[in-house]
Amino acid sequence: MTVAELAAIGVLASPGLGALVLLVLPGYRLAALLNVTFCAVTLACTALLYGLRPPAGTYLAVDDLNTVFLIVNGLVGLSTSVFSAGYIAHELQTRHLARRHVRFYHAMYQFLMLSMNLALLADNVGLMWVAVEAATLTTVVMVGIYRTPAALEAAWKYFILGSVGIALALFGTILVYLAAQPTLGEGLPAMAWSRLVASSAAFDPALLNLAFVFLLLGYGTKIGLAPMHAWLPDAHAEGPTPISAVLSGLLLNVALFALLRFKLIMAGNAGVLSPGPLMMTLGLVSLILAGLMMYRRRDIKRLFAYSSIEHMGIITFAFGLGGPLANFAGLLHMAMHSLTKSAIFFGVGYVAQLEGTQRIADIRGLTRSAPLLGWVWLAGVVAIAGLPPFGVFTSEFLVVTSAFARAPWLALPLAAGLTIAFGALLLRAHEIAFGETTKQHRLPAWRLLPMAAHLLVVAIAGVFIPEPIVAWFRHVAQVLGG
Amino acid sequence: MTALDFDIAHLLAGLLVLVSFMLLYQDRMFALLNVFALHAIALSLAVGWQAWIQRAPHLYVTAAIALTFKGLIIPVALHRIVVRLGIHRSVETVGGIGLTMLAGIGLVALSIVVMLPVTAVASSIGQEDLAFALSVVLLGLLMMVTRRNAVSQVVGFMSLENGLVLAATGARGMPLVVEISVGFSILIAFFVIGIFLFRIRERFDTVDLQALDMSRGEQE
Repeated sequence: MTVAELAAIGVLASPGLGALVLLVLPGYRLAALLNVTFCAVTLACTALLYGLRPPAGTYLAVDDLNTVFLIVNGLVGLSTSVFSAGYIAHELQTRHLARRHVRFYHAMYQFLMLSMNLALLADNVGLMWVAVEAATLTTVVMVGIYRTPAALEAAWKYFILGSVGIALALFGTILVYLAAQPTLGEGLPAMAWSRLVASSAAFDPALLNLAFVFLLLGYGTKIGLAPMHAWLPDAHAEGPTPISAVLSGLLLNVALFALLRFKLIMAGNAGVLSPGPLMMTLGLVSLILAGLMMYRRRDIKRLFAYSSIEHMGIITFAFGLGGPLANFAGLLHMAMHSLTKSAIFFGVGYVAQLEGTQRIADIRGLTRSAPLLGWVWLAGVVAIAGLPPFGVFTSEFLVVTSAFARAPWLALPLAAGLTIAFGALLLRAHEIAFGETTKQHRLPAWRLLPMAAHLLVVAIAGVFIPEPIVAWFRHVAQVLGG
Repeated sequence: MTALDFDIAHLLAGLLVLVSFMLLYQDRMFALLNVFALHAIALSLAVGWQAWIQRAPHLYVTAAIALTFKGLIIPVALHRIVVRLGIHRSVETVGGIGLTMLAGIGLVALSIVVMLPVTAVASSIGQEDLAFALSVVLLGLLMMVTRRNAVSQVVGFMSLENGLVLAATGARGMPLVVEISVGFSILIAFFVIGIFLFRIRERFDTVDLQALDMSRGEQE
């Protein structure tokens, strides 16, 4: 067995083994440590896949597209597990969580990583669907882990809306199979993504069109695109903060990845309607709606949940626009958003624990009460608002310029949406960071490490992106096509 | 495959649509659960017939799951939960039954208009089957949005999922059908256990989602 094959197996085996071990392991400290270790092994395996390509199997395949998502997954998964160790220790101390729940939490965390990686690696649209659903259900359970009425309501809402998304995506997948079946024959080949892409020119266009509408609505629910986004703010606000970070940073990406896979199938067929305008419309609606909603938020986690909807809108818009530049911008924005938003959620998690509340009105003067945390967190908000010198600025700038070049009329609502969201973020962040306060909080500096590391990467990316990474992203953007 | 085979397949799929309509206007909890059991039995007949005419023995497993799990175990479990929760008197429907039925007819018309021309070219086993399946899916969605009670929402979801299973079995030779139906059964078991646990362990006063909305963080 070659190194490449071992790495590909490790991407799945490490979180899989982790889930089993952590399920039976009592004791919080060891479990948290092992959680970090398994995530580190997973990251190492995904990093190996950057250069190595194992031969495609029947169900799984490593290609240029999914390695980007896998590596972002591994990176954010690892730093979130480090953050989660401190966060969960605090929740145990304050008795918000019972010990048996924590054991369950760690096992579920690894299982979530497993199912997300499986969704990314799957070369079979049915298997991909199963894996996305497994990931969704895992997060449903984790959102409800606090067992408060609000948490249960959020989990229930997520469950119901997520299930409708599940159902629509499956119907779309069945239709894709039906479209492929006359060409590829019955059984497995007609569900293998690489085969589907290669021969989609011969598929029935009308059937593909219909399938894509269902897939867009189904996976769009998971991406959090408006108007199917209703579950997202609740799920982010009521669950444990590490899960909010993973939801925003990773699971939304995985759903988007699934949609991109089907967009590529559509791209191979000349007779179908172009999926681009549909994605652009949903993206813009999400961007503007979320931007407006952010003005009325009173809960800090809900505020940033809406910000995630906004950014997923931007990314969906960019991929909908298509072409090498917009795809490049979309990929870059996806990576930058994952890193920045998870860093912000790490900060929000500490803030909520120190202040004992998530209400924005009760959180004031963070730069005075906890200077280091306050300033690092503010840097994160500045980054996500799209200000230079951070990488989010670069990617948003690229999205806007490619929109101006390709579809000037759409660039106007895009720019308007960005400005609306920008205003809301700075307004709220100003209150939180600089209001009057008499409180003093203590937080060990090392616990800011995952957050600072993410923001450092984002800041560096804003100034200088290394040539190999540019070449890599450019190549993937080419693969994603028009 | 003879014309009679097709006719029976259409008859059974049409029966499923009919029972979906019956689900829409049930305003009693127990009646709703009984009609759902009928829905599941109709599904297992439709799937069983597909297994027979496609010579696909693995589909019998799906049919058996539909019959025992969704036709028997789930309705009985929900029946007991409804009694335990004391919500067996009536089901409130939003918007009135007449309007809901009209919307349902509209949805079925829509799915036939959408599916028949599309699948005319595809050499699938029964294009009408797919139109029926989409109707069942849309009627299930309609039921989920018109009901406010958690139990009847679950019933709506299960009827929707029956439509998906019908679509998947109608797609000749589709892999993973049995696995997906098993997965859905686990999902539904989660739902049911969820309702049960929320009430018993956490002492919820209601499973009415409108009341749950009040506990959200945004209201002040």
